[in-house]
Amino acid sequence: MDKLAKLGRSSLDIFSGMGAALIMLLQSIIGKPQPAKSFPLFLRQMYVVGVQSMLIIIISGMFIGMVLGLQGYTILVDFGAEQALGPMVALSLLRELGPVVTALLFAGRAGSALTAEIGLMRATEQLSSLEMMAVDPLRRVVAPRFWAGFVSMPMLALMFTAVGIIGGYWVGVQWLGVDDGAFWSVMQASVDWRADVMNGVIKSLVFAFVVTWIALYKGYTAEPTSAGISSATTSTVVTGSLAVLGLDFVLTAIMFS
Amino acid sequence: METRKTEILVGVFVAATIVALVFLALRVASNTDITRGSTYTLNATFDNIGGLKVRSPVKIGGVTVGRVSRIYLEGEYYVPVVEVQISTDYDALPETSTVSVLTSGLLGEQYLGVEPGFIDDGIMMLEDGDSFMNTNSAMVLEELIGQFLFSQREN
Repeated sequence: MDKLAKLGRSSLDIFSGMGAALIMLLQSIIGKPQPAKSFPLFLRQMYVVGVQSMLIIIISGMFIGMVLGLQGYTILVDFGAEQALGPMVALSLLRELGPVVTALLFAGRAGSALTAEIGLMRATEQLSSLEMMAVDPLRRVVAPRFWAGFVSMPMLALMFTAVGIIGGYWVGVQWLGVDDGAFWSVMQASVDWRADVMNGVIKSLVFAFVVTWIALYKGYTAEPTSAGISSATTSTVVTGSLAVLGLDFVLTAIMFS
Repeated sequence: METRKTEILVGVFVAATIVALVFLALRVASNTDITRGSTYTLNATFDNIGGLKVRSPVKIGGVTVGRVSRIYLEGEYYVPVVEVQISTDYDALPETSTVSVLTSGLLGEQYLGVEPGFIDDGIMMLEDGDSFMNTNSAMVLEELIGQFLFSQREN
């Protein structure tokens, strides 16, 4: 009986947590739009969340593309099919690695920072002070960060993919000697704009929504102690990464099967 | 000054995204699908379509002119019918044309090969909704082996 009660309690906790997260999100993003007030805040967060993540995304994309070129070449050359390196690099980046690795890096780089920042705001009672001044912290603090994350992550994923393909080109064509024309033309023949590029963008939009949402909720509900903030930050990265990988499987099954 | 720097860097960020998107659009993806423009529909009946799929290409002399849009079984004998969309750039196929299910390479994907027929007095051009008269079904490896073994035994 105790076991059953424990199971029931933990499921109730999970569901009420999800409900609270949804309410937090809706309260922060639904409301009368005030572009004059919220746009500068959004721009500031685009800088913190997007621009500052650009370097790590571009460098990781470069290396992942280069590794794909190298590994793909050593396998494909056995079959005399090294022209297929182009589509292999492009499709794996567009469909999977671009959105997924960007989301994982984003959860680690920007998501944890968002959680720690909002958690510390709560711990030092900055959020309560905002409420005291009749400023809604959800609209003032959470909403611009949410929109910035939601907009900037798909942009980062596009950069990651483009840079990765260039990295694969660099290793495959410039270094290992795959034919330049064949690399691009075979790639163009097998990559479809809607089926591959657009589905990748849809994937990264979903990941952006989930990762940013998790990061903000974990920060907003963090226990106002140093241990609480540290565990909230860890939990953002763990939950965010697991959610991305799980959703990736579901989205892939829907899109490409 | 601080705001201005932020604005410039966000501008760089957006510009980098646009560059990446244009690169993906122009250099990586093929955006010149033949069935994007205006098309007309033709039907073809086969005994066996092999591994043909929806969106398989339709080719004349190796050049893609359209795509398979629907595959279904028709009538009480369940005859496979393939519906294809062909670009209106190629709208002068005579009704004597032949269509076959072919395979690109030894292990490649299957496609529909159209062989334009002869043009003579009284030969009409195929119009939207018409059907090909002459069709060749897919070659199924097991059937070929069966036929080969059967003919060996007769000899």
